[in-house]
Amino acid sequence: MENKDSTVKLVGFWVSPFVQRVRWALKLKGIEYEYIEEDIFNRSHLLSELNPVHQKVPVLVHNGKPLPESFIILEYIDETWKHNPSLPQDPHERATARFWAKFAEEKLFGAAWIGLCSEDDEQEGAVKSSIEALEKIEEKLKGKNFFGGDRIGYVDIINGWISYMLPIWEEVASMKIYDPMKFPAVTSWISNFREHPVIKEEYLPSKDEMIVYFQWRRKVLKGTYPPMFSNLVKKI
Amino acid sequence: MASEDVKILGGWPSPYVMRPRIALNIKSVNYEFLQEQFGSKSDLLLKSNPVYKKIPVMIHGEKPICESLIIVQYIDEVWDSGHSILPSDPYDRAVAKFWATYIDDKWFPGLRAISRAEGEDAKKEAAEEVIAGLVLLEDAFIKCSKGKSFFGGEKIGYLDIALGCFLASLTVTEKMGNIKLLDENKTPNLFKWAEKFSSDAAVKDVMPETGKLMDFAKVLIAKSKAS
Repeated sequence: MENKDSTVKLVGFWVSPFVQRVRWALKLKGIEYEYIEEDIFNRSHLLSELNPVHQKVPVLVHNGKPLPESFIILEYIDETWKHNPSLPQDPHERATARFWAKFAEEKLFGAAWIGLCSEDDEQEGAVKSSIEALEKIEEKLKGKNFFGGDRIGYVDIINGWISYMLPIWEEVASMKIYDPMKFPAVTSWISNFREHPVIKEEYLPSKDEMIVYFQWRRKVLKGTYPPMFSNLVKKI
Repeated sequence: MASEDVKILGGWPSPYVMRPRIALNIKSVNYEFLQEQFGSKSDLLLKSNPVYKKIPVMIHGEKPICESLIIVQYIDEVWDSGHSILPSDPYDRAVAKFWATYIDDKWFPGLRAISRAEGEDAKKEAAEEVIAGLVLLEDAFIKCSKGKSFFGGEKIGYLDIALGCFLASLTVTEKMGNIKLLDENKTPNLFKWAEKFSSDAAVKDVMPETGKLMDFAKVLIAKSKAS
């Protein structure tokens, strides 16, 4: 790279929950950035250059250097801008946070996505798996305001999609995973998350637009396991 | 004291279990290696990893840590003996994590797919995917190593551990499938790296012998065909 460019750029797609995480992480640190919208269904050269291996969003560009993968970007942000840390300082607590983020991504996000894109037995199995995962998350959240305790952090940001996107998937795919009556700790967490002063002010895609988008995705993907989770599919 | 009372729950054939063992060796931390009986899960495993019930699990004092790469990061953060496993620069660290994720999510499942592929065409296609992955990793090696012997530079680091743990499985797959995957001509740097990694002091005692691993693989295949 010719010049050290200390500006921060985020290449994203308006509805991507992965991009949303990075928005939240940057906002929580008060980092200014330039947002570049990329139509992932009509990719420009930009994504091939910045993320040649996967060609996916989000990509964070800092000092001219690109970084893909929301989990990795979140840790990079935390290590580069050290105020308001999102990961705990204690190594065991950090390991625990990383574990729960990975678990929730594989077992809840992954299964719920399959539920969105399937029907009948496949969907039933995916819903069952999602509920089992949510039960473990419920246990984890008991007696806490956020996953890490009193302060919002890494695991909350990773799981933030539950607070606004999961209900959309449930509606679009006619499935029930999150029942507020059965998950009081999750319900309380959703409220704490959404009401957090920084989260509240940040962009979210509109509900109507999300419904239209995910209805279309469900139609296109029904009966096929999306490649991103194909290695996570197990016999349900 | 930090180095007291470290246990690793695992099994000698598992590449994932190798990862924390290599990391502890780098840090010169003594540990008790508790081997799980193949085919059953001990009470200790079920208690320390109730969510996934999988090896490896590290137990430090009373605290369990699960998931191999998370354990390696934990080891690096707790002990500053030996050398740092993760790069010190945040960007280099992120790049190492990116490739480690690629290896776990894409490359290794691709390697496993070779032995499961039915028919010559399917096997060939699966092998080509693995080789294409190695070509990407060759490029990553050139960028990360900056002319030195390992992904981590002068010494073994996170990405060396993430990929190197699969070398024995790679060799077994090559031998059993009668195919060449790690090719001196296609990926010369990785080819050289594989030798150096396997003979490193922190690695050589925990890497399973190819013959022994192949016998184990054959038993597994026979078992899965019988059921």
